[in-house]
Amino acid sequence: MEEREDCIALQCRQYSASCREFSVRCQPVQLRSLSAATCSVWLAAYWLFVLTQNSMVLSAAIFITLIGLIVYLHFVKIDQESLLVIASLGIQMTSSYASGKENTTFIEMSRVKDVVINEAIYMQKVIYYLCILLRDPLDPQSVSEVVPLFQ
Amino acid sequence: MKGTEWELPRQDVCGKEWKLLALYSSQALHAVEVESSSSIPMVVLKVFFPSCCSSAESGLLVGHWIPEQNSAVILAVVHFPFIPVQVKQYLSEVRQVTQVNVSVLGTWSNCKKKEESLSEFLEDLGTIFSHEPWIQLCKETDSKFWSCSIIQKHPSTPKEDEIILVYYDQRKVMLSHLHPPGNLTNSTDHKAEDASKLAILFDTVAKSKVLFMKDRYDDGPIKLTHWQSEGVEASIIVELMKQASIPVCMLLTFLLSFVSSVCKSRVLKFWPLCFIWSKLSTCEQLGHRLEHLQVISSNRKAQNQPQLMRKANIFVSLLADVALGILLMSWLYRKNRIGHLADTLIPVADHVAKELQDLLQWLMGVPAGLKMNRALDQVLGRFFLYHIHLWISYIHLMSPFIEMILWYVGLSACLGLTVALSILSDIIALLTFHIYCFYVYGARLYCLKIYGLSSLWRLFRGKKWNVLRQRVDSCSYDLDQLFIGTLLFTILLFLLPTTALYYLVFTLLRLLVVVVQGLIHLLVDLIDSLPLYSILLRLCRSYRLAAGVKFRVLEQKTGKPLRLLMQINPLSYGSVVQTYRLPTYSCYPKDSWGSLCKKLFLGELIYPWKHKGEKQD
Repeated sequence: MEEREDCIALQCRQYSASCREFSVRCQPVQLRSLSAATCSVWLAAYWLFVLTQNSMVLSAAIFITLIGLIVYLHFVKIDQESLLVIASLGIQMTSSYASGKENTTFIEMSRVKDVVINEAIYMQKVIYYLCILLRDPLDPQSVSEVVPLFQ
Repeated sequence: MKGTEWELPRQDVCGKEWKLLALYSSQALHAVEVESSSSIPMVVLKVFFPSCCSSAESGLLVGHWIPEQNSAVILAVVHFPFIPVQVKQYLSEVRQVTQVNVSVLGTWSNCKKKEESLSEFLEDLGTIFSHEPWIQLCKETDSKFWSCSIIQKHPSTPKEDEIILVYYDQRKVMLSHLHPPGNLTNSTDHKAEDASKLAILFDTVAKSKVLFMKDRYDDGPIKLTHWQSEGVEASIIVELMKQASIPVCMLLTFLLSFVSSVCKSRVLKFWPLCFIWSKLSTCEQLGHRLEHLQVISSNRKAQNQPQLMRKANIFVSLLADVALGILLMSWLYRKNRIGHLADTLIPVADHVAKELQDLLQWLMGVPAGLKMNRALDQVLGRFFLYHIHLWISYIHLMSPFIEMILWYVGLSACLGLTVALSILSDIIALLTFHIYCFYVYGARLYCLKIYGLSSLWRLFRGKKWNVLRQRVDSCSYDLDQLFIGTLLFTILLFLLPTTALYYLVFTLLRLLVVVVQGLIHLLVDLIDSLPLYSILLRLCRSYRLAAGVKFRVLEQKTGKPLRLLMQINPLSYGSVVQTYRLPTYSCYPKDSWGSLCKKLFLGELIYPWKHKGEKQD
């Protein structure tokens, strides 16, 4: 299990001749980092309590920890992202978060112009990302939107 | 079903391996996606089947065939026994009423095991109701996997058709309203091929309401199965309210026309009164609410979905507003809080006046270590002190009536929380009227001084402002003109710090009051424009506001068609609020920060809030 640290896994399934699914899975939330964050917050709160002798600080720290954990699991930590391609229907992108929430977007085939690999400059390196080019409804030749996949 | 898995170390994600991986994925996507271009190697036929008909008995499939997208939308199942002529007649009637091309698309058989006679009979039906292509769906009871075969008399392509079965929830699709993303709604001359497939699907099901009126339990020649066959719950209260709403609406319209005619009468249009009405925010808010009531109580039915949602939003928001207002009123009048409020009002006004007097005494002395011009200081200080004294006397004159006025004004909170907040904002404006006056005096003095200074500075340098050409020209002055000009310039320059300080102090006070009033107006705006009904709908019946659909792949079996479940993807709360926001008479800042600072520096009077509909000055 140790070598699975810092890894992402790609899975490719073909349901039929016209339907394929690609899913990218991230590493799950580590207990170590979670307990480290909680301990540091509570130590800081306890130190403040010793300074100010106000017990509100402790309850505020507990509150902050809980709210922060919920927000992190629900809005930030993505567990798995998958791309479902169905011929002549469209492309569906699903991201599922650590708290179980799933965010789905479906793009119809008529709106898709092309699927390309695009380059971007991020800090000091160049990264490649897969994205879908959407067709502009008024002008079939031009590109209206670029949708990056697998964030 | 084939599957492959890779594991990649995260650091190399941006390196070669990722590029190769992405290349493979894009190639695979291309291979599937090339189907949408004109040279189609493989034809995919999509059958949209309502999940409520899965347990229906054998019969005919009735629905809409969309040839451009090669998809069939099944709307209902007609059961045996039936007479083909009557079925055709019924369908042509439905076609006329709904403008949807409903026809018999194929057969559906749901039996324990395959029966030869039944399958022959079903094939014979294909000759009676000719439709190209003819779909035959077979289901064995207790089996999840169906078999589907297509019979084409004149096959256009030699290749085998691939069939995708998509299950959809008929009732939800019928009731929901699709919100296309972005700017698709703007283009009016859509070509049919460009139109969204989903929009056509939703449209078809929504328009076929007439088809859903006849059921298999009705006594008639045709027995259908669709979403109504499972039974639908209805509420008698809702039905009663719908019946009662018509006379209530008529009564309300009559009352409102009476009220609006009174408001528009000439009596209230005389100059001092109409000026006061335009300045009080309470009158604006009341007018706004009156408009809303007129919209709700109009007899015309809402033409389309946005209008219906708007009406519903206004209604619910009004109800919530009035409920909150009554809550506030009950809180105020319990334990005579209004009396306490009135009692504390005069001391508060006194306190404010006393603070102002202290402030002026401070300015007249040595404020913050700055040395003022003694004479000007005393003049200005005494002028403002006398003004405050007048103000206090007027307040004390009014004090016996304050409690009664406040009591009656508090009653108007039952019209809504927004009205109560507007009254509060107006009371603040009236109580701080002297601060406003001081600000105007200080600003005018300062403005005068600045203009004088700039003009005399030009004289100092030998230039002059040419009004005709709107530019600065050089000019030769006489000696005495120069002498007087320089003298005046020096006087004004040395008196500048005093005036500037008074201006600064009163502007800060005025800005404080403006900020407080602005916050109250922001709250009123928020209550006015929040689409409560849409948010509640998104919370409780999320399928009615659809942003799109999502597909889920169900269990597969090789040899059987691909099975997908189509569910409605609801709109996010942010887009709900953005789409259905109610328009307000909103006040928003007229100037940008830059021009505001410039106006403050020059001493021009600032009117920070601009109301929609006000003329530009």
